[in-house]
Amino acid sequence: MNYKVIGKYIGHILLIESILMVPPLGISLAEGHGRAVTGFLVAICASFAAAMVLHVLCRNTKKTFYAREGMVCVGLCWIMLSFFGCLPFYVSGEIPHFVDALFETVSGFTTTGASILPEVEPLSNGILFWRSFTHWVGGMGVLVFLLAMAPGKERGSGFTMHLLRAESPGPDVGKLVPHIKETAKILYLLYIVLTILNVIFLLIGGMPLFDAFCTAFGTAGTGGFGVRNDSIAGYSPYLQNVCTVFMLLFGVNFSCYYLLLLKNFKSVFKDEELRLYFGIVAGSVLLVAWNVRGMYATVEETLRHAAFQVASIITTTGFATTDFDLWPSFSKAILLCLMVVGACAGSTGGGLKCGRLLLVFKSLRRNVHQVLQPHKIQVVRNNGRPVDEQVLANVNAYLAAYVLIGILSFVLISADGLGVTTNLSAMLACFNNIGPGLEAVGPVCNYSVYGTFSKLVLIVDMLAGRLEIFPILALCTRSGWKRR
Amino acid sequence: MKIIIAGGGKVGAKLTRMLSAEEHEIVLIDSKSKVAGETVNQFDVMTVQGNCASVEVLEQANVEEAELLIAVTGTDEVNLLCCLTAHYMNKEIHTIARIRSPEYSGQISRMRGAFALSMVVNPEMQAAREIDRLLRFPGFLKRDTFARNRVEIVELRVNEDSVLDGLSLSSLENVAKCKVLVCTVLRNGNAVAPDGSFVLKEGDRIFVTAPTYNLSLLLKNLGILPRKVKKVIICGGGRLSYYLAMMLQKSGMGVKLVEKNYERSVELAKLLPKADIVCGDATDWSFLESEGVSHYDAVVALTGMDEMNMVISLYGGKSGVPQVITKLVHMQSSVLGDLPLGSIIDPKELCSNLIVKYVRSLTNQDCAAITVHSIADGQAEAEEFRIDKASRYCGVPLKELNLKKNVLIVCINHGAELVIPSGDSSYEQGDTVIVVNSRQEVISQFNDIFEY
Repeated sequence: MNYKVIGKYIGHILLIESILMVPPLGISLAEGHGRAVTGFLVAICASFAAAMVLHVLCRNTKKTFYAREGMVCVGLCWIMLSFFGCLPFYVSGEIPHFVDALFETVSGFTTTGASILPEVEPLSNGILFWRSFTHWVGGMGVLVFLLAMAPGKERGSGFTMHLLRAESPGPDVGKLVPHIKETAKILYLLYIVLTILNVIFLLIGGMPLFDAFCTAFGTAGTGGFGVRNDSIAGYSPYLQNVCTVFMLLFGVNFSCYYLLLLKNFKSVFKDEELRLYFGIVAGSVLLVAWNVRGMYATVEETLRHAAFQVASIITTTGFATTDFDLWPSFSKAILLCLMVVGACAGSTGGGLKCGRLLLVFKSLRRNVHQVLQPHKIQVVRNNGRPVDEQVLANVNAYLAAYVLIGILSFVLISADGLGVTTNLSAMLACFNNIGPGLEAVGPVCNYSVYGTFSKLVLIVDMLAGRLEIFPILALCTRSGWKRR
Repeated sequence: MKIIIAGGGKVGAKLTRMLSAEEHEIVLIDSKSKVAGETVNQFDVMTVQGNCASVEVLEQANVEEAELLIAVTGTDEVNLLCCLTAHYMNKEIHTIARIRSPEYSGQISRMRGAFALSMVVNPEMQAAREIDRLLRFPGFLKRDTFARNRVEIVELRVNEDSVLDGLSLSSLENVAKCKVLVCTVLRNGNAVAPDGSFVLKEGDRIFVTAPTYNLSLLLKNLGILPRKVKKVIICGGGRLSYYLAMMLQKSGMGVKLVEKNYERSVELAKLLPKADIVCGDATDWSFLESEGVSHYDAVVALTGMDEMNMVISLYGGKSGVPQVITKLVHMQSSVLGDLPLGSIIDPKELCSNLIVKYVRSLTNQDCAAITVHSIADGQAEAEEFRIDKASRYCGVPLKELNLKKNVLIVCINHGAELVIPSGDSSYEQGDTVIVVNSRQEVISQFNDIFEY
């Protein structure tokens, strides 16, 4: 284990974080909110100082690292990021308890959008901006950002691939172009362009500039922190529809957009994961709309709410335009299933991912056929190409880890004595990075009902969900820390 | 530059390492998904799994936009087909194919046009040439040539009783009685860029720049007086041995070739009428003894296995053969330390160096290195640059230049005149200069050698 190289990367990440806190600091200054300014100044100085200390301690080191270092590095980076990211909330006193502030920050960076705040409107604008901005930063990943910005001499080694793989979601992370730096740059450019488009469309609909930016950040990262108590419900139907469309767009694998830029329409159109994703969305919208008919005045309104909620849940965003906790059980069951399904691999969304689900079904189908025809040799294919057996094994292992952690945290948070539906949906909503669940943690409620211990469990769940479990598990193993 | 490398074997991996360090955009094609997967973890490249000669796989590797294809799979036919297919898909692409079989190697240079090849490499042939050159000047461990074979960097070992032992470099010229320059010293496995006060000691391996015509003088004055090689024993009967035997016979040396496999021995006997072909196990001590190994001037160990070759060479050295040459493919020569294995030849390394040289000449026509050799177990690089109008500090004496640390200008070729430089020398436009750098980075342009 090369501890120094890990320290070096954490130092870089903290430096980036201190720079990222400058825009919200500017907003707080403009607003003249003294406590928020103090909060940001303290946080910026603390993370800058930590970055410098790490930089000095870890300056002479071999730059090579392997899968283990990659995993541990990503896990630790996110924990440190969350720790320093929560300082503005805590120091400014806007969220007085430390664990609450940490919960809010982790929820932001992991693009969950689960909040412990009963009301968000009393918060100052700078704090609100930072809260939404963490979604945007966490959506595509900070280490990917670092890889895109890394200076020239850091190039030329493939070791950083371990970082990209550990931070980007999906069963089989690949590069778009041979150079990792260029790949990371393309991903971020696409991300920025889509975000700006989103802001423009929101502004056209008459949303105030500040709201537009915060909402776009929440949409882009598929996070879900709003700037109003009623999330998106108070905005016009046009703005709600814009959000629906952009949430769905950010749930698509970003390599599809790259292929579109290369004018390779055929392979995007034929992409099995994309078809499954839009198929599930269309099916669920129709089923939910049929199920909740009569609850809303017009067909348009029914469809709009159904589509918004479905898009919000499947992309694991967590915005809401209506209290879906009041919907009939069938619709709630569909939403719970969508929580598990999640968005496409390689998007900013969470959950199991459509691509992984597709592989699980395909290998399950193969195993069933194997029982019926034991001598038949069968190959699992994805988009016509054979899938590596190792990838299938990893997908199945992921599923097992996912279920086990899910059950364990469900049992742990049940100790707080809340209802089964609440606990189940809270676990699913945090683990899959969605945000609102059902009943006591429904869209109009929040997570302040849980005790400190349960909040910590949910924090770990959120991190595990965002980083796809293994980086966090690696931190808990002894061999992850051994020197060699 | 966008480069496709087909085949992730030893040469493929080596090329991937060297070329990705020079920041080219590389796509590696290999038929094994394991190779493809592991390469991506080590180097900043993209990989495609599949048959490199198929249109679909080449399409995935984005051959339409690639500028160079290097086909180095294990099979000659696949390499050729791969280049043909790539050329069919992209008429602009440069192609390099590795062709190893002796049956093809003669005809392929004539058929280059038909196969649309920009270059053909044959590692065994190249290695045979290298060994041939070493045997002509016994005493040097390695020879790298520059400036159209007029300047060489040769490797020498400082032996116990050598005049070099305890000599400081500033007094070297008085001993050698000709203009030479020590550019790198390898001491205890570390490359050192020496200055005038550096004192040599036993066990050092030194890299000396000298004009080719001075080499025999140098050997004589340093007290290394080798016998001219007249009889060579070659162990192992592969392609490399065959090429080498042909070349050695042409220069009039007697060749004995030891091969284990009977059928192959018969075949070789038919191919090489003038050589002695012996069927037997070269690693067998008593067998070599019975073949009279101690009476030979050189032992060349070229079997397919590194450990066999090491055993043969060690034995050859012990029985008093003055010149020993060992083929090692899997070994990083720096771990060998002081084992008396003589000169070490790695055909794959030679081949990769040649290809890298070609790539460098493609990338940057101005200021680019014309010749590149890696010396001192790969810890230093010797590069030859042409001085053109973009080059800085023409006509300025070298002592006034601010070169980067561990960079040395070791030779200036001014038209027909070769200058081993001192502080007052300078270079002009149109000259070529040889630069040795023992930094851990690539110097791709001449102007990169200056501090600012």
